[in-house]
Parts: sequence; structure tokens; C-alpha cells
Amino acid sequence: MKPSTDTDTLAPPAAEANPVEGIDQSSGNFSYKVDYAFDAGTGLSEDTVRYISSVKKEAPWILEFRLNALKKFLSMPMPTHWATKDLENIDFNKIRYYLSQGQKPKRTWDEVPDDIKKTFERLGIPEQERKFLAGVEAQFDSEAAYSNIKDLVSKQGVIFVNSTEGLREHPEIFKKFFGKVIPTGDNKFSALNSAVFSGGSFIYVPPGVKVAQPLQAYFRINAENFGQFERTLIIADEGAEVVYMEGCTAPKFSTSTLHSAVVELVALKGAKIQYITVQNWANNVFNLVTKRGVAHEEAEIKWIDCNIGSRLTMKYPGVVLKGRKARGEVISIALANDGQHQDTGAKMIHAADETTSNVIAKSISVGQGRSTYRGIVHIPKHLKGCKNNTECDALLINTNSRTDTYPAITVRGDRNATQHEASVSKVNEEMIFYMQQRGLTEGQAMSLAVNGFINDLARQFPMEYSVELKRLIDLEMEGSVG
Amino acid sequence: MSSIEIKNLHVAIGEKEIVKGFSLVIRSGEVHAIMGPNGTGKSTLAKAIAGHPDYTITSGEVLLDGRSILAMEADERARAGLFLAFQYPSEIPGVSIANFIRAAVQARLAEGEELEATAYYKRLYQKMDLLKIDRKFTSRSVNDGFSGGEKKRCEILQMAMLEPKFAFMDETDSGLDIDALRIVADGVNTMRGPNLGVLLITHYQRLLDYIVPDHVHVMWDGRIVKSGDKSLALELEAKGYDWVKKELAAV
Repeated sequence: MKPSTDTDTLAPPAAEANPVEGIDQSSGNFSYKVDYAFDAGTGLSEDTVRYISSVKKEAPWILEFRLNALKKFLSMPMPTHWATKDLENIDFNKIRYYLSQGQKPKRTWDEVPDDIKKTFERLGIPEQERKFLAGVEAQFDSEAAYSNIKDLVSKQGVIFVNSTEGLREHPEIFKKFFGKVIPTGDNKFSALNSAVFSGGSFIYVPPGVKVAQPLQAYFRINAENFGQFERTLIIADEGAEVVYMEGCTAPKFSTSTLHSAVVELVALKGAKIQYITVQNWANNVFNLVTKRGVAHEEAEIKWIDCNIGSRLTMKYPGVVLKGRKARGEVISIALANDGQHQDTGAKMIHAADETTSNVIAKSISVGQGRSTYRGIVHIPKHLKGCKNNTECDALLINTNSRTDTYPAITVRGDRNATQHEASVSKVNEEMIFYMQQRGLTEGQAMSLAVNGFINDLARQFPMEYSVELKRLIDLEMEGSVG
Repeated sequence: MSSIEIKNLHVAIGEKEIVKGFSLVIRSGEVHAIMGPNGTGKSTLAKAIAGHPDYTITSGEVLLDGRSILAMEADERARAGLFLAFQYPSEIPGVSIANFIRAAVQARLAEGEELEATAYYKRLYQKMDLLKIDRKFTSRSVNDGFSGGEKKRCEILQMAMLEPKFAFMDETDSGLDIDALRIVADGVNTMRGPNLGVLLITHYQRLLDYIVPDHVHVMWDGRIVKSGDKSLALELEAKGYDWVKKELAAV
């Protein structure tokens, strides 16, 4: 399904020379030397796929699945008839499709390698949060570097493993839904992910189990030319509840990097899944992610998605509202700075009576940054009692920034309701002067204005994420004045 | 004892000169009032001294305790002790008054020094009690949907928390009913003292019934044309600005 029927034939923003010249961005460099035990080399071929599958000691059906996906990927055109032509600049032959440290997942903070601790330190994560982080499932490049929250939740019968382990150890649970919410050929990048995926989380929450603390994963890209293709599948059985959080802080590299994940969620009858993302990608990353969930009867799926950084992000989290009274929600924040394009939105596919969906998207465009909202809301004629609410607000900081909204709302029948609101506002010179007159620097003033703009959404993030979000915005705004 | 010396200041917006040779010295503890009809450059003067980027100082000098502030950014001037109470304060949606003032107070601390939250709130509530401001007020977004009176009260609260050396109050009385005016004036009078110099910019004498100035100046066509004590304001009220105009023509 195409996110929008609008055709976007516009050229990429003219900011490619060096929009951030003269600004010291070294504060965003988080790269450390890492020894990679396994490496699939660069380029994509059947051999690459076979190599990945053999390293992971996968069952024949998975190799079959990967090879089939590779064929689809190669046969599908780039979606440049509606998306930006910048996609054509991805050189698939220069990308490294698999890396692993060959490490077993770690259990305690003491066992976490020093270089990973060093990266957390560099991120400025406070002491108490680091302790908290010791209990997270973190993906370090292709494989999870450590996990111990697993022990805790496994007492409730929760399965929390990486994709390799999930498919190998629990095929009876995961095989049924794997690749079903997002079929391999859904789009070119979901096909790519299906061919070369590694890492990511597979989670199963048994009926009625409410997982008390959020399950966390930190994804980072930490090797030049290394594309990361994590695969996540979360199944909440009847009446179960789970919150999953992922955060990304990428190091900065001079050549393009590709991140292309697939995340599938299944909320069975009465289940609730909340999936929270805070991402801060380096300026050269293509972040092309497919995220979708299926909500069965009276189930609820909520995506909270925050995208900062990257060269190009294309991401439209979706919910297929399959059962009566199912509820879907997308809360999204996108920040596009110089040389960045955030092409984000939401998809709400109503497929049962009395289903409701809510989309609130806020975008911030700074300098030459560009934000695009693409949304799709589909309510067919035969349904009744369906409701959708869509709000898109854009904030522009300086006259060069650009924002586009392509909402495609198809509501048929007279027994359904939808409402749509969109606004564009500017941080004007008077507001910045007002704040400067109180003693804030221009950067601090911008940062405060932006944080104010997203405040009502940021409050929905867990505490430690909203703190990190504020810090990321501060970092972005400091670099944007001059 | 601090002083701000404005010497033969000329200010232009674009090509147009608005302030044409304005001179005045304000010392700590003094309250000066500048009166004058619309369009004589009163607000331009205040904004230019505060460092608004649209206002160009073409010649002249502004010295704070003997040091020129003209090369400083607006935020540096603010941290050096200048406060401008705006005629039309900006709205900052999503940023609470408490958080905004906190950021401003934090900005005045040395690098690496963190503002202690409990002490900050204690002080904020003290000032609010002093100014008779309801505590619920600080959780509202700065000036967002505020009435004229609420906006001015928000300015006064910020001034009380930031404790400037010199406050320029631009048409603080505009858009206020008599009750709001009294509350704002009480606030200024509470802060009045040996550590604060005030420049009141006003169109009407009314405000000066509540904040009694030590000196009154009449501004006309970009400069001070007449100075006196508080009785000058009353005279002006009685005779109107035409009186000054006629006097000027006679010279």
C-alpha cells in the first residue's frame, strides 16, 4: 500500500553542499573502535544471504524465506514515483549486510564490555540511568550485547529474545506471525530487511500477563558502511500488556549508512502494546523502516515515535484495526535539521466496526531541513461506528525550512466519523528576542521553543526518554544557530 | 551603586532614523519616567538598548557601570543586569512560566553549576506571595492566551525573580484596567530600592499616580526635550503634548 497517492516529484533539498560548515559537531561523535568477529563483507548477493543464514545456524525454511525476499528486493523498483529521489543515492554494493561481535548476550552490568560503557558515558546518561540501563536488552550492532531483564520477565512466562534465538528456539510461537503483519513484498525495504535481517527483539507475552516495566532495547550503528537490519516481532496474547522502548544514537560517519528495520506487532483480543522509539541518527543515515501492528478485538496498539537526525527517514507506523472496538494510535515527533529530510506519518486501516484511531504528528523543520507528513486513514463503507482523529502540526524555524502534508483520508459510509486538523507555525524573531532578553542564548531560546512545541507529546514518553529527548533537541538547536 | 549612561544615542530601523540623539543617566535607586506621544521613539529606545536585532544603533554609546554594552548580544546584556518589560510580550506555547523563569535563572549561573530545584521553587513562591500572584499561575504556558493584565503580571514576576540592575518598562500600563494597573504598580513599588534603577515608558500620566517617579522626561522626535520632577507629568496631563510642541516652536 502506498502511503499517499500524491506524487512528490520535487528535487531533494539544495542543502547538500555542506549545510553545517563551520559548526563543531564533534559533540555528536560516539564512535569507538570495535572488533568484529563475523563480517559478511560488502555487497548484496545470494552468497551474502546464505552466509548470514549459515552463521546464524538457521532452519532451512528461514533461508528459503531470505532468498525469496532477496528476489523480491531485486525485482522491486525504488518508490521514487512518490518518495524522494534521494533514495537513488543509496549504493547497495557498498553496504555491509552482517556484522557480529560473536558475543553471547551479557547478563549483568559488570559483564558489559568497557567500550560499551564508554559509549553510554559519552551519551551523558546519568549514573542512576546507567544502572537502569544495566537491565536493558541492548543490541550492539547485529547482536544483543547484554540482557538481564529477560530473567525477570521470564518468571512471568514472557519470552524476550533476539530474532535468531526466537526463530530457532520458539518457532511454534513466532513462525505463525513472522512476516505476516508486514509481508516480505510490502515495500522494497521490507524485502531487503527480510533477506538480511539480524538482531532485533522477539517478544511473546502470555495471556493476561501485564509486564510491569518497559522492555528496552538500544540500537546503534557503529561501523562504517554498515547497514543495520533488525527485525522485531512482538506478540501480546489475549489480555496481555507490554511496553517496548527502543532508542538509537548513531555515531557520525562520512559515508552513507543504511538502517532498514521491520517491526511487527500482534495484539490479540484485549491486549495492549505500546512501542516507543527515540532515534537520533547521524546525518548520513538512510533510515527506512516499516512498522505495523495488527490489533484484534478490543486490543490497543500505540506507536510513540520520535525521529531526530538522519539524512532521510521514511517511516509510517501503522495499525490494522482487525477486531471490533480495536484502537490504534500514532504519536509522532520529527525534527529535520539542515540536510535532513523527515518523511514520516501514520497508517490506520480500519477493518472492523467501532474501531478508533488517533494520529498526532508534530514536525520541526530547522534551516534547510525538510519535513513531510504522509498519512493514510482508511475506513471502508461497510463498517459502522468507526472514528479517526488526525492532527498534524508543523513548526518552522527560519524561512528556508520546508514542510509538506499529504494526508490521505478515505472514509466511506455515513456511519463513520473523522476529523483532521493541521497547523503550521513559526518560531519568530520576536519570540527568540523575548527569550534572549531574559538571558537565554539564541540556541537555548530555540531549544526551549521547540521543547514547548512538542511538550504535550513528550509528556507521553517515559521519564528517562523525555529527558533524553530534551537533550537531543538541545544538541540539535545548539548547532542550528550561528 | 550602578549606573547606565545613554549618550547621544541614534537608532535606526532600516534606513529610517527614529531615535535622534537621546541622552540620559540612570543610577541605582532612581525611577525615571519618559513620556511622549506615540511615534516619538520611546519603545525603539528601549528595544535598541536591550539589543533587538532589527534596531541599528548608528551612533552614540550606552555604558553599564562605565562599560559599553553595544557589542554584546541581547542575552549578554540581560545577564549583565538589563531587563525589558515588554509592551507586547511573546507567547511561548508549551513552556510553563515556572520552567521559563527557571531556564532564565539557570542561564545566570556559572558553567557547570546546577540550579537547585527546591530552593528555586521556594524563592519563586516567595516572590509570588509578595506580588499576590496565585500559585496556579506558574504552570500555565508563558503568555499563552493571557489577558493583558496577566501578561504584565508575568513580566513583573520575571523581573522580581531575575533581579536586574536596571528595568526598562515599556508601556507597562497599556491594556490594563485600574485593578490590574494597581497590582502591577504595587509589584514595581515592592521591588523599588537602592539596587534597582527603573525607566518607565508611558503615554499617560495615570501610571505615575501609582509609581511616583523621581524624574520625568518628555520625549519628542527621538530625543528628550524637557526634564523635571513629578510635577512635570501633571503639567503635561493638564496642558497636553501640544504645550510642549508650542514651547519647542518658540525656542
